[in-house]
Amino acid sequence: MAEPMARRVGLFATCLIDMIRPSVGFAAAKLLEDAGCTVEVPPQSCCGQPAFNSGDHTTTRDIARQVIAAFASCDYVVVPSGSCAGMLKTHYQELFRGDPNWQPRADAFAEKTYELVSFLVDVCGVSRVAARLDATATYHDSCSGLRELGVRDQPRRLLATVEGLRITEMRDSNVCCGFGGTFCVKYPEISNAIVRKKAAAIKSTGANLLLAGDLGCLMNMAGKLQRDGVGIEVRHVAEVLAGMTDAPAIGVPARATAGAKR
Amino acid sequence: MTDVGAHAATSLHFKDNAKAALADANLQNALKFVEVNFIARRREVADKLPEFEALRDCARDIKDHTLAHLDLYLEAFEGRVVEQGGHVHYAATSEDARRIILDICRKLGARTVTKGKSMVAEEIGLNDFLAAHGITPIETDLGEYIIQLRHEMPSHIIAPAVHLTKAQIEDDFRRVHTHLPRDRNLVEPTSLLAEARAVLREKFLAADVGITGANFLVAETGSSVVVTNEGNGDLTQTLPKAHIVLASLEKLVPTLEDLSQLLRVLARSATGQEMSVYTTLSSGPRRPGDPDGPDEYHVVLLDNGRSSMLAGTFRDMLRCIRCGACMNHCPVYHAVGGHAYGWVYPGPMGAVLTPSLIGIDKAGHLPNASTFCGRCEEVCPVRIPLPRMMRAWREHEFEQHLSPATVRTGLAVWSFFAKRPRLYGFATAIAARLLALAGHARGRFSWLPFASGWTRHRDFPTPQGGTFQAQWKRRELSSSKAAQPPRLGPPP
Repeated sequence: MAEPMARRVGLFATCLIDMIRPSVGFAAAKLLEDAGCTVEVPPQSCCGQPAFNSGDHTTTRDIARQVIAAFASCDYVVVPSGSCAGMLKTHYQELFRGDPNWQPRADAFAEKTYELVSFLVDVCGVSRVAARLDATATYHDSCSGLRELGVRDQPRRLLATVEGLRITEMRDSNVCCGFGGTFCVKYPEISNAIVRKKAAAIKSTGANLLLAGDLGCLMNMAGKLQRDGVGIEVRHVAEVLAGMTDAPAIGVPARATAGAKR
Repeated sequence: MTDVGAHAATSLHFKDNAKAALADANLQNALKFVEVNFIARRREVADKLPEFEALRDCARDIKDHTLAHLDLYLEAFEGRVVEQGGHVHYAATSEDARRIILDICRKLGARTVTKGKSMVAEEIGLNDFLAAHGITPIETDLGEYIIQLRHEMPSHIIAPAVHLTKAQIEDDFRRVHTHLPRDRNLVEPTSLLAEARAVLREKFLAADVGITGANFLVAETGSSVVVTNEGNGDLTQTLPKAHIVLASLEKLVPTLEDLSQLLRVLARSATGQEMSVYTTLSSGPRRPGDPDGPDEYHVVLLDNGRSSMLAGTFRDMLRCIRCGACMNHCPVYHAVGGHAYGWVYPGPMGAVLTPSLIGIDKAGHLPNASTFCGRCEEVCPVRIPLPRMMRAWREHEFEQHLSPATVRTGLAVWSFFAKRPRLYGFATAIAARLLALAGHARGRFSWLPFASGWTRHRDFPTPQGGTFQAQWKRRELSSSKAAQPPRLGPPP
């Protein structure tokens, strides 16, 4: 069989992964390369959601134009976050509706943009991963990935192929964790009330590992669990799928070895 | 703008309201009902109906069609009502609606009016107005009756007293129904219901005028349609001398066939019933030979800003059929309940509608207090893009310079960097290094300057150190130097 041309994927790492947890970016790159893609990382800052959701659409358009241009030469744009992928894929189009120059570019950009795990499964046809982790994990469906992009079964299908990993579903896995971007700092008490419920749902599964596909939600849930002294490890789903769980879990210092064992 | 309603609005103090709500143990207890019961019931009946999703499309299309031809359907509706001996009154503002209703009541020498549940009556502040003019309004929906006893607003558009526990209601009944034996047993919810029913029965018989809202108005037949589970709507509209229907313009639907489609999504989305217990159509005053019915039939059609919504960004909001599914599924509503929103309409639909009716300057918090989780849109029977509309309000707010100064300044600084990826990379690399150094030992921060909103309730993870982009660049450089296939994983 002839070797197909490798898909040229531009990885949009997201500002949170870029600054807080680069290991997720490397895990995403490994998964993409394992699926036969070549990976580039064009210069990038943020998808623009903080401005977009604060009503500053002029700034958002500036950022969107910059992102669209930076990824112009890629076949695909892949994002290890449902909410940033949703921003790039659905909201950039809204921003340029009726703009004769940018609407076609935003449309084409939307067409080639995917959330990481759904890209692996739906576009690359990945059906299993070569990873191993002895742990019992529970998976939280981050809202934008779930409702804007239909990411639900793909991560569960791939996680089911991780050797040694058991998945136990939490109640209301599709209910918001209370992060909501700037919401969590604008309305901290309400955000806290929501994440408190989420933490209780996570705890009641008995899992020792929490996974999701959005670092913002993960930081929120990890931060709450840790503040409550709950020793459940929290990781981005890409880390587990890539078998790259050497880095300490979110919010855990380098020397600690708690929770899931490899 | 609603004068009376807008005065009463506390939406400006949403944050304080929310804080109080979070600290209110009774409220938090009562709110569990919304989260547990409404959601499960809706899911169950929706799953049982294979065409439910198609019906939602259909419901959306019916409302869109009606809104596109609202002028024609209003005329048709009016024509039918008049033919059938009724009267139609157009009220541009809340003030107009209140005046019209007061005039009708005065002409009839009315002293008491019974009321079916009506959110529009809440919107125009009807009860206080009537009471101030010597007419006693009596709410006949159980939930509305309870909150009237407590001098409260509804906290939910279909379950007005959902913020209360049974024990609180029992206390209210004992406080107000002093003519009943003190040692009576009110432990069972049904005993509360029976007591309210007995008290209300006398009021129904004594009332001079009955005022109801309308879930729908049917242009084809000139009918107003009320759905209830208690039958109070029927008694309100058939027993008194006059029946006044108070409804906003967008309640119109073209035909009975359209009505039946909408009824199929309404009850399922609202209470998780296949149909409400009572669906009552009234199309005019008592005709010769009718066994009962009012002598006069009036429909007061309220605009109150809706016709200007029709031509703007928020037009889709006029599709709303007031089922409450959006608030039933909203994590923010679950946390703080309806009163925190500070005016008549709570939850996601209120977050879009309230700024339209009382002004974004007064209701700016409401569209901001959303995580944009999208569950409201997911369940909306008429597929209103609620998150998109909340975002549109934030845009209006930003453009009118109404957003708080801290938000604007923070955003300006952030966008300066975000628009310059190289500078951004430089700045974040330094920040990540510094934070990594400072938080290295513990792996997380329990306090951070400029992020106290976050760290008040949760820890913040220490960055791993060095940004992804910088590390990636180094990896690329070293692998091209070595001319080897790229090594995977961050450099050691």
